Amino acid sequence: MATRSFPLALLAGALALGLSSAASADSASAEMLANTCAGCHGTRGASVGPATPIIGHMERETFKETMKAFQEDEMYGTIMNRIAKGYTEEEIEKMADYFFRQEYVPAKQPFNEKLVRKGEKLHRKYCEKCHEDGGRPVEGEDVEYALLAGQWTPYLRYTMEDFRNHRREMPKKMKKKIKRLLRKEGEKGLEALFAYYASQQ
Amino acid sequence: MSMNRRDFMKAAGAVTAMGLFGAPHLALGGGNKKVVIVGGGTGGATAAKYLKMADERIQVTLIEPNAQYYTCYMSNEVLSGERSLESIKHGYAGLKNRGVQIVQAAAEVIDPVAKVVRAGGKDYPFDRCIVAPGIDLLYERIEGYSEAAAAQIPHAWKAGEQTKILRSQLEAMKDGGIVVIAPPPNPFRCPPGPYERASQIAMYLQAHKPKSKVLILDAKQKFSKQGLFIQGWKRLYGYGTDNSLIEWQPGPDAAVVRVDVGTKTVETDFGDEIQADVLNLIPPQRAGKIAQVSDLTDESGWCPVDKKTFESTKHPGIHVIGDACIATKMPKSGYAANSQAKVAAAAVAALLKGAEPGTPAYVNTCYSIVGKDYGISVAAVYRLSEDGKLIAPVKGAGGLTPMDAPDWALAREVQYAHSWYNNIVADIFG
Repeated sequence: MATRSFPLALLAGALALGLSSAASADSASAEMLANTCAGCHGTRGASVGPATPIIGHMERETFKETMKAFQEDEMYGTIMNRIAKGYTEEEIEKMADYFFRQEYVPAKQPFNEKLVRKGEKLHRKYCEKCHEDGGRPVEGEDVEYALLAGQWTPYLRYTMEDFRNHRREMPKKMKKKIKRLLRKEGEKGLEALFAYYASQQ
Repeated sequence: MSMNRRDFMKAAGAVTAMGLFGAPHLALGGGNKKVVIVGGGTGGATAAKYLKMADERIQVTLIEPNAQYYTCYMSNEVLSGERSLESIKHGYAGLKNRGVQIVQAAAEVIDPVAKVVRAGGKDYPFDRCIVAPGIDLLYERIEGYSEAAAAQIPHAWKAGEQTKILRSQLEAMKDGGIVVIAPPPNPFRCPPGPYERASQIAMYLQAHKPKSKVLILDAKQKFSKQGLFIQGWKRLYGYGTDNSLIEWQPGPDAAVVRVDVGTKTVETDFGDEIQADVLNLIPPQRAGKIAQVSDLTDESGWCPVDKKTFESTKHPGIHVIGDACIATKMPKSGYAANSQAKVAAAAVAALLKGAEPGTPAYVNTCYSIVGKDYGISVAAVYRLSEDGKLIAPVKGAGGLTPMDAPDWALAREVQYAHSWYNNIVADIFG
């Protein structure tokens, strides 16, 4: 058995090597792939908005999950469902890594200053547990986060609309929290959150 | 001898500096190489920026006769009064800041042997040249039309002064007037453009001159995003009814073959004569003039290129991008030019170092604004085919906005169209 499995293992290894080198020869570099996004999402993912989100420094897993959800039409996208389907898992992996390594450039945008403090309070109460550090990118490996602080408000508004209209799946905990927030604070509560996120420039 | 922290940092810094700027410079030889870019539109300006991003030691010179560039995309919104001409104007300060040398002159000819571009009586030598000349308008294909006549009968297919003329004619037109748009045969710049233009003008007429009408006299039998445009026209402008603000007549019968400039009367291929109050003739096209005089075109009038690097198949060392090149399945759009420029810039940066250009990736994304809160789009992800002959769309990806999309989705597309614009111009000129 041992004598048979050894060459088989070698062969499998050689095959794997051969395949992976062929695949990488055929596959574009991370930068080349990511550059195709810049026309809508800004150079290095620093969108100048207002509707297309900033994806520079987007967390890797979130990027990959989002692309997969677009590919499988589990999430509404204006145009991203159509685009995401054009890439392989390996390519998405590369793009995820590229955008994660980019600098986060918060949006320069107007916001309702009167609502910021309230928004901060509501964030602490309803969102901070998962969206740590006020919704800012969190340092460290393998920490998942969403870019909320400094993200374009029109984009956050659309995303919330999609969540509430079942065009995008809301995590269970978020569903509960949003329900509670809306019951207690109404739509104004969301407005306050948007103002707080936008204020973090 | 012990090293304190500061000394260590100094030493480490010296090593790093060597690593970054010393050895590779000698080994790769990317420095002091000269790239001359001809044309400061979408393709040319993007290529300049991305070359500098790839390797700032490359000496990049951009030759462009105009101090400012007006984007063709979103110029239809200027025609309807939705945005100002100023808002589609862009300068070259951003590229200058990146170290690109801007030469304001018209390139006269490119010499592929001596490797120089002649412009304004001076020669600009290059190791590699990127040509992004856009389109040349074939006025003479419509009898009676000419470059001079374009002052009265605008094509407005190169934005700026032409856009202004068409806008002021629309403003001056009486209610009940006929606006004739004559789109050209394929291939031409911005395939959905004439139909977005008809939509934007109809939107303007609806609000200000509701008894008027847009008549499209097409050279073609079908057009880009046709189903979506017609659905939008039905919903917004009464398309197909007696009171429609838009009427489309298909080619080849409706193709405009002759014009009487004085009376703004056109004759179609079928022989109908129609007098317009505002006349917008968009003539047939070919690659920009510099490509013609520098022997970069084939019998089609466009530039054949290697699809991986956009290097001319006629003259090595010269790359052609954007509307002027034959990019097979990629349309002649702004986003396509932006995407091709990045592929070409990466290939040029690699070739200057003596390296093999990497695998390319291309995308096109194009929005059209049919009316207030009514946007539609088309997108595609492309790959180089295995034989290298095609830039082919990935199957199962891309495509159009779905038919019968709900109002909220159509409204959102307009917001995304405007964000597309903000981002693409920042990506090009910023």
